[in-house]
Amino acid sequence: MSTPTQPAPGKKLNRINLEPAAYRGSKTTLCAGCGHNAITERIIDSFWELGISPDQVLKLSGIGCSSKSPAYFLNQSHGFNSVHGRMPSVATGAIVANRKMIAIGISGDGDTGAIGIGQFVHLMRRNLPMVYIIEDNGCYGLTKGQFSPTADLGSKLKTGVINDLPPIDTCALAIELGASFVARSFSGDPKQLKAILKAALSHRGTAMIDVLSPCVTFNDHEGSTKSYSYAKDHEEPLSDLSFVPFFEDITIDYDPGTSTTVSLHDGSKIVLTKMTEDYNPTDKLRSLSLIHETAMRNEFATGILYVEPDKPDFIDMLGLVDEPLAHLDESRTRPGKAALDEIMESFR
Amino acid sequence: MSATDAAVQEVGQRPTTERIVNDFAIQVATVNGSGSQTANLVLLRSIFQMGVPVSGKNMFPSNIAGLPTWYTIRASAKGYIGRKKEVDFLVAMNPETAREDVLTLAPGAAVVYDEPLKLNELRQDLTFYPVPFDKLMQPITHDAKLRRLVRNMVYDGVLSRLLSIDMGQMEKALKKQMGKKQKAIELNMSALKAGSDFAEATFTKQDPFEIRPMNKTQGMILIEGNAAAAIGCMMAGVTVVAWYPITPSSSLPEALIDYLKKYRRDPESGKTTYAVVQAEDELAALGMVIGAGWAGARAMTSTAGPGVSLMAEFTGLAYYAEVPAVIFDIQRAGPSTGLPTRTGQQDILSTAVLSHGDTNHPLLLPSSVTECYTMAMDAFDLAEELQQPVFVMSDLDLGMNTWMAQPFEYSERPFKRGKRLDAEQLKKLGQFGRYRDVDGDGIPYRTVPGDGLPPYFTRGSGHNEQALYSERADDYVKNLDRLTRKFQTAKKMMPKPEIDMAAEGGIGLIAYGTTHWAIVESRDQLNGERGIKTSYLRLKAYPFSEELNDFIDRHDRVYVVEQNRDAQMMSLLRIDLTPQRVLKLRSIRHYAGLPIDGRSVTTDLLKQEGVEPGPMAREPEFGIRTVD
Repeated sequence: MSTPTQPAPGKKLNRINLEPAAYRGSKTTLCAGCGHNAITERIIDSFWELGISPDQVLKLSGIGCSSKSPAYFLNQSHGFNSVHGRMPSVATGAIVANRKMIAIGISGDGDTGAIGIGQFVHLMRRNLPMVYIIEDNGCYGLTKGQFSPTADLGSKLKTGVINDLPPIDTCALAIELGASFVARSFSGDPKQLKAILKAALSHRGTAMIDVLSPCVTFNDHEGSTKSYSYAKDHEEPLSDLSFVPFFEDITIDYDPGTSTTVSLHDGSKIVLTKMTEDYNPTDKLRSLSLIHETAMRNEFATGILYVEPDKPDFIDMLGLVDEPLAHLDESRTRPGKAALDEIMESFR
Repeated sequence: MSATDAAVQEVGQRPTTERIVNDFAIQVATVNGSGSQTANLVLLRSIFQMGVPVSGKNMFPSNIAGLPTWYTIRASAKGYIGRKKEVDFLVAMNPETAREDVLTLAPGAAVVYDEPLKLNELRQDLTFYPVPFDKLMQPITHDAKLRRLVRNMVYDGVLSRLLSIDMGQMEKALKKQMGKKQKAIELNMSALKAGSDFAEATFTKQDPFEIRPMNKTQGMILIEGNAAAAIGCMMAGVTVVAWYPITPSSSLPEALIDYLKKYRRDPESGKTTYAVVQAEDELAALGMVIGAGWAGARAMTSTAGPGVSLMAEFTGLAYYAEVPAVIFDIQRAGPSTGLPTRTGQQDILSTAVLSHGDTNHPLLLPSSVTECYTMAMDAFDLAEELQQPVFVMSDLDLGMNTWMAQPFEYSERPFKRGKRLDAEQLKKLGQFGRYRDVDGDGIPYRTVPGDGLPPYFTRGSGHNEQALYSERADDYVKNLDRLTRKFQTAKKMMPKPEIDMAAEGGIGLIAYGTTHWAIVESRDQLNGERGIKTSYLRLKAYPFSEELNDFIDRHDRVYVVEQNRDAQMMSLLRIDLTPQRVLKLRSIRHYAGLPIDGRSVTTDLLKQEGVEPGPMAREPEFGIRTVD
């Protein structure tokens, strides 16, 4: 993907001279009003606003409604719609092979919480540098509405079946497992979601975002905590989020004493303006209690729940050369004859 | 009764003047975890260093310590390195199995045993050499733990005396085995010497077995197939390794990790030109390999049957999305968990068509440690050229046992990276369509992330030439047919079979993998003992090449010999061959979990030929099965 050198006059351009259209994907085939489409729009906005070159991006997914969405953004990026629940391993291989790429993975609550829980657990544990989004609607949309592991206890299917198992809280789980950036948002809250996405893209390590995203066809009824009306009423925003990219020269005008600034690895900052309580997103125990406390009130805490900006990521730990492994040629990867001779000698 | 009495008592089964030189098998029966591996490898290496062709086969339990284990060393002047079923010289160290070990020996065999076991009372037709191991160990060390570990070196000392194995070679082998651990070497040497001195002072040689120096191993190496494959992977420029521990595969990635650490660091920065990830399971291991292969890396994993089963889903994805991947299957005896520490060729059929839907995958079939090395390099080239998973079908016998070989040759052959586009090629091509068959060989062109060339969307769902989602029947059929075309192209790229045409019009043999070593021996037996000449085609790969048809046409009967119950390779042949050719096929199968041996093949073939097997024949062990 090359950057246009002569932008059309009057067009809105980002810092690498691309229009928002350069970040769009194919036309969505999801239901009209699906929360996932709103998330797709925020992803497009975030990449465009940050001025990330699409040819530096990998977009990956598993299987399900959520996992279709990488086709609907960033057409100029390499994409991989893999198999159900197993996007984390494909992402791990791809990122290890090319450490220069920025990776975004889209999963769903079934793809992550059921069939893919094993790979999810180990992805969080490795702190692989990527943005991992769960488009969380509490049901299996593509197979017509069965319960997923994030479905509410006691919630009822259209067929009358009642869910008698407690939901998995993917955010609490991710924090526990070692993800270094954990957030929750709502597909219908464009301002917060975009701020979180932009911060996640600037974070080095696993940035896990659980986005409540109502299924308009199967799970947007009274009594579902993943319905529009419920989420709107029961969301508890932690703070008013601002994200300041490191390349933007912005003077921040916040009242001292009411905001916390968290610096991300690339020099950009998240500014949290406290609204309800004194919240420090770098305190792991505090983050976990907050999630549990709000859940007990049947509310969702939204915002950046936990950040550990300096935690070494998986690529750091591997000690790889700077160039992408995938682009090393044989002069770098085939040892000389002396090496083989030495090895052979050891077997004589 | 004294040791001397015992040896004298059993005299007379065979005159001591008749010597059996460099042609017998020694079996050491011990308890797993007792540290016998060092003693066994020293024994093996000493014979090797004396220039005598030798092979070692470890039959061990799926257990860390406590269960019985048997190590068999075969010396063969003629150079046969396959398994020999009959044990000639037993070292009985395991009280649990000693009785059965002795009772199953053929008359005339010799037994060194731990004196308190009183094995000499069991048989009159064997030579017994009782050795008071504990008593001999007493003066060597007071440390009970060390005593237990070094105790096994005593039998090496005894054997050195009884079999005329040079003590100097034993010492040299011990030093090779121990490296620079001076204290350990001294301790082991004392045990070795105690055994040798005891045997010299106590025993009169009563058995016919003897090792005499030859010059048939000069310049050769002793290596396990998994180490050989690891060297091949490193030399093939592997950059991403993802694996999950499983017997008998683990020693492959573990050896690879050691070599990569040593030889694949950037000389200036000290950083690595590879990544190794121990995955959470085999599904994830192959997922990582596919992610890496898609991104343009040379990536591999290694596993065994249960892991391959788990990899089925991802294998289908890589087949359909056309992503290179190298997968080693170090086969073990199944089904299910089966016998994790026993060998077999039981994954052939399921791996060739692994995953749901219509799929087929190239298989490489190494017979030797040398081929573990060369086929590892072939596999990376083929995977990138064909843009699909390529399986290297080794087995436990090859992977974990010690084999003689000539030192491996360095490959200067440039890596074949296949149809990976660069800007210039793209210009020539004009338009990029990820799944377009530009050259008519079924193999499309690809780009990789970060190369600045047009991207595409990879998916396991239906897609058209432009890699766009499609459910159209014409797109779907066109794509599947192109994949068939690609498999036809693969036929021409796979290693050709090795053919020895010696019996036109008569009997042909087809085998692959480690079965090869039994065939070599069986053919000599058939010819030498019965005057039956046979031709031989050794398969090196699937899909099969044209030579196969010609070979079958030139023979009346063709025996397919393999190590599984269900004639798996023969089933693949039946799918490919014309009905006329299928009619010529017969099957010899061995599936006892132990490596197939030449004598069993000979006996079975003669039976199917309607020839009386004769005095050399032995009852086939469990698992040999003939088909009508």
